Amino acid sequence: MSGVRPTARVLARGRAILPPLVVAVVVLGAWQAFVDLGDVQPYLLPSPSAIAHQFREHVGPIRSAAWVSGVNAAVGLALGAVAGLVAAIVAARSRLIDGMLAPVAAAMNAIPIIVLAPLFNAMFSTTSSVPRRAVVAVVVFFPVFVNTARGLREVAPVHRELMRSLAVGPWRFARTVSLPGALPFFFTGLRLASSLAVIAAVVAEYFGGRQNGLGSRITSAAANSAYPRAWAFVVAACLLGLLFYLVVLAVERAAMPWRRHAGR
Amino acid sequence: MTAEAVVEAVAAAEEEAAVVVRGVTKAFDVAGAAPAVALTDIDLTVARGEFVSLIGPSGCGKSTLLRLVADLIPPTRGEILVGGRPARQARLDQDYGIAFQQAGLFGWRTVLGNVELPLQVHGMRKAERRARARELLDLVGLADFAGHWPGQLSGGMQQRVAIARALAERPRLLLLDEPFGALDEMTRERMQAELARIRRETGTTVILVTHSIPEAVFLSDRVAVMSARPGRITAMVPVELAARAGVGRGVDSTDLREQPEFFAAVTAVREALRAGESALLRVASGGGAPAGAGPAGGGPAGGGPAGVGPAGGGPAGVGPAGVGAS
Repeated sequence: MSGVRPTARVLARGRAILPPLVVAVVVLGAWQAFVDLGDVQPYLLPSPSAIAHQFREHVGPIRSAAWVSGVNAAVGLALGAVAGLVAAIVAARSRLIDGMLAPVAAAMNAIPIIVLAPLFNAMFSTTSSVPRRAVVAVVVFFPVFVNTARGLREVAPVHRELMRSLAVGPWRFARTVSLPGALPFFFTGLRLASSLAVIAAVVAEYFGGRQNGLGSRITSAAANSAYPRAWAFVVAACLLGLLFYLVVLAVERAAMPWRRHAGR
Repeated sequence: MTAEAVVEAVAAAEEEAAVVVRGVTKAFDVAGAAPAVALTDIDLTVARGEFVSLIGPSGCGKSTLLRLVADLIPPTRGEILVGGRPARQARLDQDYGIAFQQAGLFGWRTVLGNVELPLQVHGMRKAERRARARELLDLVGLADFAGHWPGQLSGGMQQRVAIARALAERPRLLLLDEPFGALDEMTRERMQAELARIRRETGTTVILVTHSIPEAVFLSDRVAVMSARPGRITAMVPVELAARAGVGRGVDSTDLREQPEFFAAVTAVREALRAGESALLRVASGGGAPAGAGPAGGGPAGGGPAGVGPAGGGPAGVGPAGVGAS
């Protein structure tokens, strides 16, 4: 939209951001008032100001814990996404493999894979980050695979006929038509997966293992009745999840510039 | 002329022809039923540089015939030559360009990138194919839109890009499957004038599938009138519009559409279409005649190969009335 003046764009963006901001302020205010006026005990519900205070107090540990969980989530996300993409390409090439994989993947997609975390801890060494990254990778695999496979299957008949008229081979066809065509589907899966990756990385820490990530800090703070501190780490986990989502969104926009210009 | 001389002449004409369709039948397999016959005993010869339209009701197999020529599907029976070679070889050698009712542009490629595509997949160097694509965009009047995404273009502009893409490899044959079918009437007439100009400038042979009589008449040297169940060519209507050569060179295409010659040709095609339909009805209600007795009147276009040789002349001009009754 090159014709829109910059000020108008700022205004439009402000209009999009303002309502959720208002909601957040109202909710936080009500929360604070509820805790203060109702004299609610911190173990039941700490006030936003108490959580904020704890957040500031523990910025160092929060940052390092978020880094550890973030790296686990990122490594798992990368592995799972690559595996999901490759599996989808293989499935798209072979009807037989697709027939075997697709129903299994759909079923697996419906179960909460995070339940595997304790089992992965037993399978791999609990003193490493390997089981956590493995859980994340498995969690990420399915949405990426299922969405990408669907995208690869959906080639417009007119594109099929055109490429046949051009007498191109299967590899050229994939590179020119089906892979770029599946890109929006892949990113839909990846966006879903990015939030799931952080959830999986943090929750996997609830089941023991090394005490260095956000999840383990949350459980240990809660175990020590330091509830506002536990909440501060929860807030950090939320921010981490948001960061992952936004990064994937930015990559998606950069990878598909034509989507921004779709003038309809 | 002796019989041999005739055979030789026909053979020579076919050698010269851009497209030869001989005795082609196409049946589609239907699960759990008898195969559906889309086309029976099609004979069609298109001369080099000629513009032939295929027109007929839905289900007459006109798109199927185009796809057979393009070797997108194989014939059940019969032979198809494109530029004197089997259709398959012609496809592999990129002897034709094709455009469909849907523009079928790739949303993730710019307009320029879309036109470049055929050249790119066949390994032309970047600078070279870029220059060629710009030339083509110039031809279709979209030079200023090279960097746009297809999603930013109107339907008519997208279709022009598709035609530019079909012309990318300088094919001697252009196959068009209702390329303007989804456009509004005004855009459609403008696109037809564009196509007439492009065709004149490039000298390309064109086969156009359409269900618009004025469109077929405006563009074609000959109109192949088809009818359904089973699909076959029932008449070849020659169209001679002396003023057509001047379209885009001073002669306004609207004027051409308002000439008595134009209306006469439209009427001729319309009557041929109606004759094909009523022949079909007579066959259907003919009682004793078995359904498989072949096309009405014993062969397409009232006998003989439908139009060997260039437009206007000779055997092509059987006229609409040439469709025999059963």
